[in-house]
Amino acid sequence: MNTRMILKTLGFLLIIEAASMLPSLLVSLIYKGNDFAAFLITIVILLLTGVILYRMKVKNTNLYSRDGFAIVSIGWIMISLFGALPFILSGAIPSFFDAFFECVSGLTTTGSSILQDVEGLPKGILFWRSSTIWLGGMGVLVLTLAILPKAGATSFQIMKAESPGPNPDKLVPKIAQTAQILYSIYLGLTIVLTVLLIIAGMPVYDALIHAIGTAGTGGFSIKNLSVGSYNNIFIEVIITVFMFIFGINFALHYHVLKGNVKSIFKDEEFCFYTGTVIIAIILISVNLTGSVFNSVGESLRHASFQVTSVITTTGYSTYDFNQWPTFSKTILVILMFMGACAGSTSGGMKCIRIVVLLKTVKRELKRILHPRAVNTVKLSGRNLDDSLMSGVTSYFFAYFVVFVISILLISLDGKDLTTTFTSVTTTINNVGPGLGLVGPSGNFADYSDFNKFLFSFIMLFGRLEIFPMLLLFTPSFWRRANI
Amino acid sequence: MKIIIVGDGKVGYSLAENLSKEKHDVIVIDKNPEALRKASDYLDVMCIRGNGVSAQTLIEAGVKHADILIAVTSSDEINMVCCLAGKKLGAAHTIARIRDPEYADELSILRNELELDLVINPEQAVAQEIAKLLKFPSAIDVELFAGGSVELVEIIATPDMPIINMRIMDISGRFSPDILIGAVQRGNDVYIPNGSFEIKENDALYILGKPASVYEFCRLMGKYNHKIKNIMVVGGGRIAYYLAKSLKHHDMKIKIIEEDMERCLELSEKIPDALIIKGDGTDESLLNSENLCNMDAFVALTGHDEANLLAALLAKQCNVSKVIVKITRINYPAIIKNMGIDSVVDPKVITSNHIISYVRGLKNAEGNSVEHLYRIVGGQVEAIEFTVRTNSRYLNIPLKKLALAAEALVAVIVRKNEVIIPHGDDVIKLGDRVIIIAKNKQITDFNEIVLSGGKIK
Repeated sequence: MNTRMILKTLGFLLIIEAASMLPSLLVSLIYKGNDFAAFLITIVILLLTGVILYRMKVKNTNLYSRDGFAIVSIGWIMISLFGALPFILSGAIPSFFDAFFECVSGLTTTGSSILQDVEGLPKGILFWRSSTIWLGGMGVLVLTLAILPKAGATSFQIMKAESPGPNPDKLVPKIAQTAQILYSIYLGLTIVLTVLLIIAGMPVYDALIHAIGTAGTGGFSIKNLSVGSYNNIFIEVIITVFMFIFGINFALHYHVLKGNVKSIFKDEEFCFYTGTVIIAIILISVNLTGSVFNSVGESLRHASFQVTSVITTTGYSTYDFNQWPTFSKTILVILMFMGACAGSTSGGMKCIRIVVLLKTVKRELKRILHPRAVNTVKLSGRNLDDSLMSGVTSYFFAYFVVFVISILLISLDGKDLTTTFTSVTTTINNVGPGLGLVGPSGNFADYSDFNKFLFSFIMLFGRLEIFPMLLLFTPSFWRRANI
Repeated sequence: MKIIIVGDGKVGYSLAENLSKEKHDVIVIDKNPEALRKASDYLDVMCIRGNGVSAQTLIEAGVKHADILIAVTSSDEINMVCCLAGKKLGAAHTIARIRDPEYADELSILRNELELDLVINPEQAVAQEIAKLLKFPSAIDVELFAGGSVELVEIIATPDMPIINMRIMDISGRFSPDILIGAVQRGNDVYIPNGSFEIKENDALYILGKPASVYEFCRLMGKYNHKIKNIMVVGGGRIAYYLAKSLKHHDMKIKIIEEDMERCLELSEKIPDALIIKGDGTDESLLNSENLCNMDAFVALTGHDEANLLAALLAKQCNVSKVIVKITRINYPAIIKNMGIDSVVDPKVITSNHIISYVRGLKNAEGNSVEHLYRIVGGQVEAIEFTVRTNSRYLNIPLKKLALAAEALVAVIVRKNEVIIPHGDDVIKLGDRVIIIAKNKQITDFNEIVLSGGKIK
């Protein structure tokens, strides 16, 4: 392992985290909150550590696959630890485990919270809480690649390890430029959303927080009742549309911006994603009409918001869906597992994996019927590598192993089955709210410190798609000469 | 510049590696996902899986806005069609590798008809390289600049040379002043020497000058060997064919050992002057019975690097004075250098050098175009020749007054037919051909080696 180069990259990562804390510092200055000192201290600590690491002399700048994974998994734990500092120092969330949970929840774009009363917190702290979502959404290491002075060829390993989805594509030949394009699209869409929300009637500060929460598909709100508290249909429609947009692969955004609109309809993952959203909305609306809401319009409004919110793993809510009939709730839980597209800011398994798994099953069936048939599996007109398909199946298995172990450990806390099951579902898929005690109106405050810590790691497992985190627990990963 | 490379083989990879290091946007197209994986893992390039001939793949790669399309797949025909399609689809320049001797004679027609901007024949290039070495046997490496009026020669400083432990400034006084030691390789390090640099045993010296002066210098160093008359070549591939053809008029006798009977017949038909022997080139008894030990030169050109190396060692054991080995795959220059083999040629490196110098020239098409680029010591040091066409503000200023970048050197100025090894008082004039040696830099223009800001001392 190229330890020096890893440390150097991590140092740069901390410098970026310090820079990303500046807006929160500004907010706390504007609102004259008591959290100003907390940010200042954290920024100084981050800069000191970061600069010391970054100035490390490096002879060999090559990063291999293992180094890329090490940077991603260690880097994420590190920024979560440092990111929790403002919460602790300002006294907003005094307990370490609570603060760590809150920070990981932001960075992994989960949006689950241990806070009982969000509205009472200082504005700067709330802003930082949302900023973590924006950083984590597109990937803080991708941001590092975009601005790292010498992002070498081998840093593609980092992007591979961090980007959601089975195989990230370069948009342009250079990795740094690819990262820059991704972040420009991300930033541009966030700004458009903010402006639209302000026009729709949100206060500027709220608009910013919700735009960030939507962009990163995290779903932190500064209202106890989430988006529902505004009770404004325009705001809901705008957020619904943008949640859907942020759930699309950013490579498609790039193609559309380049004028190649047709390409999105050729993309099988996009079609699957759109189809799923539409079908889910229809089914839930039918189920809700009469039983919860009286008018079709009302059911459609809440169903479409909730469906996009859950499939993109944002986790905003306009209505406490804990009160909905079981059929609707079940659909929502299924959507939680599914997630949106690869290369977006969403969590979950990603539609592309589901599509690939379905195709593998189809091929298997065909093999039974015609044992000697030669098959090539295609996705969006391109041949799928066998290695990619087996990668998806093993990911699927690893995911469920982690899921099952997590449920076992969490069930020790003694909560009811629905709560236990959906709390793990919602954290591993980075959604936010679950059902039962952790439903839209509840939160994770009741869990013990051990469980909060465990949840934090489950969220990291989910965001980094299992393997980078799993490697940390593999002894040979740490050996100098691993055989 | 945006460059599309079709074919991710040895040459394709090496090109992608070098071009992406020079900050070009490189897109690599290949059918084989395994080959692409290596490129996408280690290089900052974009990889597209597909057939380079298909218009769709080319469009996907953005051929419309591509500056250069380089086709280096294993098939000549694919390369040609690929370049033709690329040109029609909008690529500004196209480069094709065409290696079949059948096409070699019709290259000018092909170039015109297919609108190719550059055709590379690696085997022919390698054969020319070997021919150069055979004509100047005391050198490890020979490169011609300015249309042959300047020669760059690599020799090893052996203990019996009078210049050992001498400083460079003293050498030009004692021996001929018309040569310049442009670079010195010691172990794995390379130096651009200044006057107080001391030559040590086993240094590899890169000497520049007029061919006659360089010969003279080598003679004084005791490095002048007899002219080579008898050459044994193992492996009768295309390189051997081109080599035999290019040595035809040089009064050298060539003996080619080839295993494949059909190939032997073909060779004997095409090159009647050469002696063709059917047999295994790595078989010691065969080599001895063909009196290897009395040969002046031995060239190993089979498709197996290991076999080439072994045969070469055998030849070296018999004291063949000049042993040249072709290496295509394995990549251990340091080890091979220690084996005592005189010269190593690598088709991949030669081909990519050609193409890269062409690309550099294009990049600088408006300014002083690069005429010739030669890279030594694995690309660490470059010798570049260009003609001064535009009026740079550094012209007509004595060189000693220009603040040149560290580890860069104006090595030779060629004015009309006069070859000048410049000293402090010499100036560069419009129309001069200038050869510059620089370490760890990629130079496309003379102005680049004058220190940023261009301070005139």
